[in-house]
Parts: sequence; structure tokens; C-alpha cells
Amino acid sequence: MSGRESGSPYAPHTDAETEAMLDAVGVADVEALFDIPDSVRFDDDFGIDAKSEQEAVTETRKRLRRNDDLTEFLGRGHYEHYVPSLVDHLAQRSEFLTSYTQYQPEVTQGFLQALFEYQSMLVELTGLGVANCSMYDEATALAEAALLAKRVRAADGDRVLVPEYVRDGHVSVLQNYTKGAEVVVERYGTDAGNVDTDAFADAIDDDVVMVYAENPTTTGAVEEHLDAVGDLADKHDALFCLGSDPVALSLLQRPVDVGADVVVGDASVLGLPTSYGMGLGVFACREDFLRQVPGRLVGASEDSAPPEGARGGGGEAAETGGNRTYTLTLQTREQHIRKERATSNICTNQAWVALRAAIHAASLGSEGLVNLAERMVELPRDLAADLDAITGVRAPVHDRHHFREFLAHTDQPAPAIASDLEADGFAVHAVGDHRLQVCVTDANEHAADRLVAAFEEVTH
Amino acid sequence: MEHYDQAAYEQADGDQYEPLLSEKDETTTEVESSLPDELTRDKLELPSLAEPELARHYVRLSQQNYGVDSGPYPLGSCTMKYNPRFTEDIAALDAASVHPDRSAESVQGTLKLQYDLQDYLGRIGGMDAVTLQPPAGAAGEFAGILLADAYHEANGEGHRDEVVIPDAAHGTNFASAALGGYDVVEIPSGDDGRVDIDALDAALGENTAALMLTNPNTLGLFERDIERIADMVHDAGGLLYYDGANLNALLGRARPGDMGFDVMHFNVHKTFATPHGGGGPGAGPVGVTDDLAAFLPEPHIRQTDGGSYERYTPEHSVGKVHGFSGNWLVLIKAFAYIDRLGDDGLGDASAKAVLNANYLAEQVDYDVPLGPFHHEFVASAGDQDAADVAKRMLDYGVHPPTTKWPDLVDEALMTEPTEVETKSNLDDLADAFNAVAGEDDETLESAPNRTTARRIDQTAAARNPRLSWHDLD
Repeated sequence: MSGRESGSPYAPHTDAETEAMLDAVGVADVEALFDIPDSVRFDDDFGIDAKSEQEAVTETRKRLRRNDDLTEFLGRGHYEHYVPSLVDHLAQRSEFLTSYTQYQPEVTQGFLQALFEYQSMLVELTGLGVANCSMYDEATALAEAALLAKRVRAADGDRVLVPEYVRDGHVSVLQNYTKGAEVVVERYGTDAGNVDTDAFADAIDDDVVMVYAENPTTTGAVEEHLDAVGDLADKHDALFCLGSDPVALSLLQRPVDVGADVVVGDASVLGLPTSYGMGLGVFACREDFLRQVPGRLVGASEDSAPPEGARGGGGEAAETGGNRTYTLTLQTREQHIRKERATSNICTNQAWVALRAAIHAASLGSEGLVNLAERMVELPRDLAADLDAITGVRAPVHDRHHFREFLAHTDQPAPAIASDLEADGFAVHAVGDHRLQVCVTDANEHAADRLVAAFEEVTH
Repeated sequence: MEHYDQAAYEQADGDQYEPLLSEKDETTTEVESSLPDELTRDKLELPSLAEPELARHYVRLSQQNYGVDSGPYPLGSCTMKYNPRFTEDIAALDAASVHPDRSAESVQGTLKLQYDLQDYLGRIGGMDAVTLQPPAGAAGEFAGILLADAYHEANGEGHRDEVVIPDAAHGTNFASAALGGYDVVEIPSGDDGRVDIDALDAALGENTAALMLTNPNTLGLFERDIERIADMVHDAGGLLYYDGANLNALLGRARPGDMGFDVMHFNVHKTFATPHGGGGPGAGPVGVTDDLAAFLPEPHIRQTDGGSYERYTPEHSVGKVHGFSGNWLVLIKAFAYIDRLGDDGLGDASAKAVLNANYLAEQVDYDVPLGPFHHEFVASAGDQDAADVAKRMLDYGVHPPTTKWPDLVDEALMTEPTEVETKSNLDDLADAFNAVAGEDDETLESAPNRTTARRIDQTAAARNPRLSWHDLD
């Protein structure tokens, strides 16, 4: 059909068109357009055979089929909720899927409004004045929060305090991002799954620029000491950064009410399947840090009236101008304008994932979201009680309220139990010699009874 | 240009259609929970729509948006090319979507795909080892800076605190170097739009950690002196970093590793055509030479003697740059795309991308000051304002190029048609450029007239920021 035998299936040129274009450019051969010295010319093959679409599909699927089909009871900062079909179908609209950053807002109003809706939901959920329209994931958002804290805090200081329960990988990201700013990251103690307020009070001083806590924590405990953390942070002029997610935020204490200055987290709990850890970084903060916010911001504006006699134009509204419109704004903070003095190096972000989260949240509505969150309190409560009834298992380990997940003590070595459960088709975290972590949501609750039965079997 | 999908340009009556906004006040939910009151919030106020209305809302929004599937999208340096859709189906499989904490034994498929993609990218870039973890190009740059930092530190050269960057480079280069704690030494481009060798020589020294270079550069020009540049940087004890944003111009013709680059990132969402809806997700794998492989982020993937795949921590790993494993769904699509095209297709993609850029540059009446071009060129709007030119081009049914950048060219129109446009599309694009080139300022300033929204007041948006529903009247 294309009049040629091989090459990119997505380059539409016929041989005749190629010839005509080469003529117009004034070269005999396309290779003449490559202005590359012979000494660095690559004249070998990659050794990758071209395939038909069908073969390429088969090849990729063949690899993925090697994955075991396990029912996952895994969480620790990355969660799965059922994603309504509508989310996929709407987000896959190609006008969304195949677009880029909204450098021409007049033809990208749809995506801009969707991102504005996403920002608005986060503002409502956090109670803070500003939310950006995405970072990569929770860990990078936390790192950006620390950098913001280092910039905005009035007094000098270089310490950032994070609780022991935070994942090591997240702390590694935080350390890497803040190394250049000469920030020192330190862990503070926890008590029965929550912040140890005494240990925290000992750790904080006027050299601390930011303190971090999570609600719920990485191990699923609802944090009961946020007010105390917020008060102490305030007393020492340190920013209080709270980690959470939109489902939890729909039910738990509002961050603004406990004194949070910044909220980070992962909004991929809405709209995305587990995706091997792909994220959607939340970043919200107090309005007075607006000009220090990293990443993209969508703002509302108006369009202009056309001049007399201008061609085109739509109906009456378009003739008058002044319609609500949306645009990327405050871009002078960003790398493409401010270069090395930008608030962040982020350019390509997670916009399409934010679109998915916004659609998912809107499809739930506030009532649906609160109901989902309440189930995330009840499901682990029930599952922990069932596991606790098994001899040799104690769950939850901490006498706290839990959200989605909890720790379980096992008399037998936890890694061996996890391994045996895997053989039975279940994945759980082994997080210590005698500790497992179990996460239950609407995505896997249907298998909770079978998990309990398997637990019973492997611990006997 | 009647054959383009005009959906993004047409709004039937200009009405605002904002059901999420207009109904939000009616959907306040009192929060009741089995948790103690002091641990919960009082209420939540979000819009709530029945599914049919929600579907229409977002379909309507999609119709007010322009994508590659709507028509040409020649944003320079963004490589917005057609995204084959078969990759979406693979990435949507349950098998593709596993939890990142799964045991290695239970996700051999995922690990094999990671391993094979590492291998493909290594071959394409001429690099010895590749990490897939960085979630975007800029994150890849930052990972590269971390690697360079760790490398110098390990060699007792921790005093190196400067990164040299040409003025034509992407803004992310500067920001990524600064994020890593480096001082940026910016060097001017030469008269031919390439690295000024004398300026580079003056900038290099015992404090140089790296030179970050885009090749072909953002003017679309290949840095012909690349071997000499590499020697100069290496002689000074620095590393040469390759910004992969323009790799689409070189596939099968030259490889960064062969040119002397020590570290590079791939923008797989550009070069390997994975959709990055509205500005992401992308993915920014980083390739390195053997000298730097021990510093790669963890986990890295290798094959065991028994043929299975395992995660491991390289000996001097810098740690992590993403909480988990990066943007996996994007990487699956990149693998499938590379596998589909193979040597023939990848090489042809570059050939046609370069041909299209040179052909379009030839047809455009605006001054195109330099050449020959690789996959993009920068025209100058001269006396016209490049931003106005862009707005006016929207009226001709095409997406405009990147404007006012790089600032080495006055009123720059940075144009990258990519390989997926037909000659006829390029002729239409040229017609749009040339029609606008003949128009007066008044016409330009009043544009656009045929779009969903008319010219948007950016100044007002920045002066009076309204960033959520709560800020609206």
C-alpha cells in the first residue's frame, strides 16, 4: 500500500513522495542529509528484527506470561482499588492520550480543565490553598517538599526529620534529591506504629527545616499524633509535611486542621492499577508558598474579545470574549524559563495519570469516596481479627486503627510463611523475621477468606 | 486543510460546559465513620455526577483538546509522533500490572521484559548498561548527574563542582545540574550554532564534572566536532553527558556511546512513540559505559547463570531516584514499539524524520538561518512576534511549533514534523506558515479566531492566580 517494502510502518511516505522531497531538498539520497562524520557513523545493526504488529504483541505477551498469577495482598505505599471501566475508556480518548503539555492553551482547553479539576479535588481533600497538577510519585514529591522547605524557611537549617516507618526506598530518593541542597535526612522514633512524640520532641530543634509524617503510615496505622507534630514543627519554624493519598484524605483528619504546610502522597490509588509501582505524585501546600511550588500549575483565566470585523469566531459568547478559560500559569518558576534557578527540574510529569485520577474521583463523588475510605477501615479490621484467631499469629501488631493494611506477628519465621503463601497463590510482605504486612482493599477482599484459610494451613 | 479533524477547534455555541463546577455545591457529604471523631474530617465537598453525565463531560473535554491523532503536532524538541495503539492493549493486561514488591521469582516475566529493554536500549545507544528507573527525561538527567557525582567521588575527585552546558541546551539540563548541587557554567554557541570550541576550552578545567550536550542540538544541527569535544572533556577529567531528547534523528546512523558519551538518557516517550497524554507519563532510562555501571540505581536487573532474572544492588549504587521502579507501563510500550520496528523500522524512522524536517524547512518562507538539519529546524519570524505567529497558525488548522526558543534565534519557531507526516501534510503546514508570514500585526494579534477559546490572557492568570474551584466566583 505504501509503495515500499520495509522501514517504519508509521512513516507514510511512498517512494514517489520520498523522491519528490529529496528533489526539493536537493539531495540524491537521504543519507546525504545526515551531517555525521564518517568516524562516528554507525554502520552496524542493532540486531533487532522487525516484526508484524501481531508478532510484536505476541513477543511482549509471551514475556509477561512468565509472571505467576498471584492474588496480591501487598501495599506499603502502593495500592490497588477497582478502577471503573469508564476511566479507561474516557482517558483513552486519543485527543487526551496523544496530546502534550498545554503550550497552546487555546486548543488544549479540555486537558487543562481536567487538570484544573484534579487540582481542585486535592485542594478540597487537603484544605490547603494550592495543588500542582502532578509530580512523578510520592517519593519524588516528598523530596520536592524538602527542597521547598529549605528554600522558604526563614532561619537557616539543614535537617529534615522522617519517621522510622517510611520505606527505605523513599528515603533514598529524598536523600538523593536533597544532597545538592546539603540537607541532612534523619529518622525519628515511632511508638506502636505511630509517631513517638517524646522521641520526636527530642529530635527536633531550630536546625530542622521540615518534619514528615504519614497518615495512614506505610504500615497502615492511622496516625493519632498529628496535632502534636504540627505544633512542635510550628514552634521550631519547621515545615510540616504530611504524606497521604486521596482515598485516605476523604475520611481522615484534614491536613490543614493538623497544621500541615505541605501534603505529598500518591494519587495513583485512583485511576491506576498496580502498574509495577507507577505513581502519581501529589503536591499541595499553603498558598503563601505559591511561587515556590515545583511543577506545573493550571490557572483559570479569561479569553479576549475579538476585534471589530475579525474573521471567524463562534457564537455570541466567543464574540464577546471573557469566557472562562484555563492555562498553565506561573511558568517563571519552571526550568524552561528559569533554568538553574527553577523551583524544580520537572518537565514531563504524570498529567495523563492525573486525568485518570480526576475521572475516577468524579465517578465516585464525595459520597462514594468516603464510603470507599470507610471500607478501608473496616476491611483490615475484619481480616486482622480473622488472622488473629489463628494459633501462632497475632494481628494487628499495634493497637491502632488501621487503613487498608496492618502488621501481623507470626511465631514462625515470616519469610517462610510468605514463601509458603506464595506457593498457594498469595503475595504478602515479609517485613521482619516474625512480621508480615497484609493489605486488603476492594480489589482483593473477595479472596480474603481464602487467604485466611491458606494462612491457617501454612502456620500449622 | 479540511481533512484534519477540526474537533478541537469547533465549539458549537461557545457556552461554558462545566457540570463538575456547577454542581459541586450540591454534593457535600457529611463524613461518618467507625473511627473516633477526632481522627476524621467533618465533611467532603466534591462533584458527583451520574455516569452518563460524567462520560459526556469528559468526552466534551476531549473534543476541546488537540492530540497527535487530531493532526500534525510539530512542537520542536518534543518529538510528537503518532503512537501505535497496539501497545496500549499489552500495557493494559493484568500480567503487565503487578505490585512492585512482588518476589522476583513470581515476576519473571516483568524482569525479563525489563532485562530485554535494558538490552535493546544499550544496543541502540551504544551503552554498556541501562537503568529503567527514571520516570521522565529530566529525572534521567538528574540520575546522570548523581552517577557522575558518585563516580568522581569514588575516584577521589569530589572537588569537581561544575557542569558545563551550552546556551542552546534544554532548560532541564540546567535545573538538573543545579538540583545535584552543581554550579552551571553556561557557554555560548558559535556562529555556526554549534559548540564554540574556544568557549568550551575556556570553561573546562579541574572543577569540571561533566558537559551536558544535546546532539543534534536544539537548532537541529549535528555537533560535527563531537570527537574533539569528547577528548577535551575527558582530558579535563570530566564526563560527557548525552541529552537524548533528539535521539530520534540518529537511530541507526550514530550512537552516543560511539561518539564518546559516558552517560545518556533516553526519552522513550519521544523516540519510541509512547503516548504521553497532556504532559506525561514519560520514562527516562539512563545508559552508561562500564566505568559507571557499578553506580546505577537499585534495583538493577540481571540474568542468573540458570537463565532466570533477578534484582540486585550494583556495588556502588547511588540508591533510588523513584519510589518504586519508574513508569513501567510506558516502558512496556517502548519495548513493544522497538520490537515492532526493529533495525529497518528504527533506521527508517530517523531517515524520514530528517527528510521531513529538511523538506519542510525548504518550503517555509520564514528565514531559516542555519542548516542542514536533522529532525528539527528553527525558523525566525523576523519582525513578527513568534507567539502571535503561533496563535495565528491555529486558525489555519495546524498545531504551531515551539516558539521563542532557543533564544539564539530571534523570534524562534522551532519545528519538528517527525517522520509520521505525509508530504501533503507538510505542504499544508508550509502553507500555514507562509500564509501567516504575509499577514500584518493586527491580524496576528487578534488570533486565534477558530479555536475552542480565543486568545487567553496569560498575564491575568499569573497576576491573579486562581488554581482551584475554591478560587472561582
